[in-house]
Amino acid sequence: MPEMNLIEAIRQALDEEMARDEAVFLAGNDIGDLGGLFRTTRGLQAKYSRGRVIDAPLSTSALVGLCIGAALRGKRPVCEIQLADQLPLAFNQIVNEAARIHYRTNGDWNVPLVVRAPYGGGTGGGLYESQSPEAYFTQVPGLKVVIPSNPYEAKGLLKAAVRDPNPVLFLEPKYGYRNMRGEVPDTDYTVPIGPAVVSRPGRDLTAIAYGAMHALALQAADKLAEEAEIDVEVIDLRTLYPLDKDTLLTSVHNTSKAIIIHEAPLTGGFGAEIAAILAAEAFASLDAPVRRLTTPDLPAIPFSPTLYAAHMLTMEKITAAMQELANY
Amino acid sequence: MSLHEQTKLEMFRVMLLARRLDERAWTLHSEKKISFHVSCIGHEAAQVGAAFALQRGHDWAAPYYRDLALMLSLGYRPLDVFLGWLGKGSDPASGGRQMPNHWSSRALHILPYSAITAASIPHAVGAALAAKMNDEESVVLAACGEGATSQGDWYEAVNLAAVQQLPIVFLIENNGYAISTPLKRQLRVSQVAAKASGLGLPGQTINGKDPFAVLEMVNQAVELARSGSGPSLVEVNVYRPTPHSSDDDDRLYRAREDVLDCKQRDPLRHTRLLLENEGLLTADKLQRFEDEARSLIEDALQEALQAPYPKPAEVGEHVYA
Repeated sequence: MPEMNLIEAIRQALDEEMARDEAVFLAGNDIGDLGGLFRTTRGLQAKYSRGRVIDAPLSTSALVGLCIGAALRGKRPVCEIQLADQLPLAFNQIVNEAARIHYRTNGDWNVPLVVRAPYGGGTGGGLYESQSPEAYFTQVPGLKVVIPSNPYEAKGLLKAAVRDPNPVLFLEPKYGYRNMRGEVPDTDYTVPIGPAVVSRPGRDLTAIAYGAMHALALQAADKLAEEAEIDVEVIDLRTLYPLDKDTLLTSVHNTSKAIIIHEAPLTGGFGAEIAAILAAEAFASLDAPVRRLTTPDLPAIPFSPTLYAAHMLTMEKITAAMQELANY
Repeated sequence: MSLHEQTKLEMFRVMLLARRLDERAWTLHSEKKISFHVSCIGHEAAQVGAAFALQRGHDWAAPYYRDLALMLSLGYRPLDVFLGWLGKGSDPASGGRQMPNHWSSRALHILPYSAITAASIPHAVGAALAAKMNDEESVVLAACGEGATSQGDWYEAVNLAAVQQLPIVFLIENNGYAISTPLKRQLRVSQVAAKASGLGLPGQTINGKDPFAVLEMVNQAVELARSGSGPSLVEVNVYRPTPHSSDDDDRLYRAREDVLDCKQRDPLRHTRLLLENEGLLTADKLQRFEDEARSLIEDALQEALQAPYPKPAEVGEHVYA
């Protein structure tokens, strides 16, 4: 099975879906000749056409709106936003329009749209090229929010997103674009949107994560198994909304302890929702308070290396928090 | 090419129906039978003229909340309208989920309107992109008031349509007020059409009294779009004699004389006089149109009043397709 990084897995998913279905097209900024800011679409305009890999002007809101209109007419647009930090420019189109059209028309219309955006820190992007805005979008029934945690998932989940009849916000951990490598089948497969997966079984505590933090959580779990005989079960959420509660509850019933790890700030972050669910539905199983390990409540990730290190989660910070919880 | 007499009479009939239906909404509102109304009065010639340039069932429209006469021109029935005004379960636009006049109909090729001004304009451009991709020679008519043309989405979408040379016509129904904000505090240029040249598409302005003149101008724009020559903008100057909506109080922002004066500019009266002068509209025929409109409206109202509200259990349906 070929090994590839996240970028190559995403590109293969787009390529396969474009080849499979004429209705699939791509639109975004610099996605043609340049192949996108991170080269995820490199070569696709040459392979298909300027009409199916559309270089749009810098009109983030209208770009998403354009794709909504085409989706209403039966197309399958995949829209690339260069950075998740720019998603607020298209917030209205994603939240008020794409996510609500099916409901507000009593099911008459649907919007099969994928909005892709790289998110998160780790590439030295500073305040406006490092943000993790997922929680803005996990209070939006009608929208699906998907975050892959490795190349295999990235390909399979993206293909599932393209085929989904609903709008899907597909957030790509850009730290993993070149750092995450893994085996990716050349075949036409999908990873279903919805279910979370236990990526590492364990007995002592449950670590819940997604995207780049999931990879660090796995490393931390391996380290603790080796050095401290602590057996961490790691859950890879894959889909944040709608959330697969059952996988979380089953795991926490078995381990009795839970830690949620994400790059976004603490207050109102997605971890708060998971903590609330566990408090309400797994209270009797819990042997320790639910722990949330996140970046601090600060505006965004700073650029300078010292400030970045002070802000960002690391494998060491995650390991320490897991160990503390295990010893509670 | 002169318009067929039957077409002219049909356009007048729809304008009259829209006016009487709209007037009925105001009485129903004053009787507290409907909770909200936003009026098309004064816009009928603009809307009917533009709608008649489309091939029904082939072309597409993205109307806004004031487009009652446009909707009736494209096949929406008074019953459909009442079901929406009353929030009934069989409201074809939304099953009673949206406020009145937030149009949508897949069957009639009407793109769904939200309530956020100009947010539907990029959708219309996207529908035009799909039409171009499909090589189907269909055209999209995207309507909004002049107020919406100050939104970023409007500029972004019109620019995109021009860059991509898409088959779309932007109809601007300029009634001089964005709720209470007059034109001079919305634009520095004297007309919305002047914005078009900066974005690279033809823009023209026309008086909104005469539906046949509007039809001719929109027809030209539609033919340009259909033949692959790209988008155009048509601005129709109209007047809104009513408040913005039933929740508005226009005495706070405009003089009464201004409103009285506008009755001289009433498009329905102007069109009636045009047709009478041409000898197309006799007193008998006018009476028949009035009678037909009244019975269509009253029958539809009775049917809509008796129609059931959506069931509470349906509140959770259609979140995901």
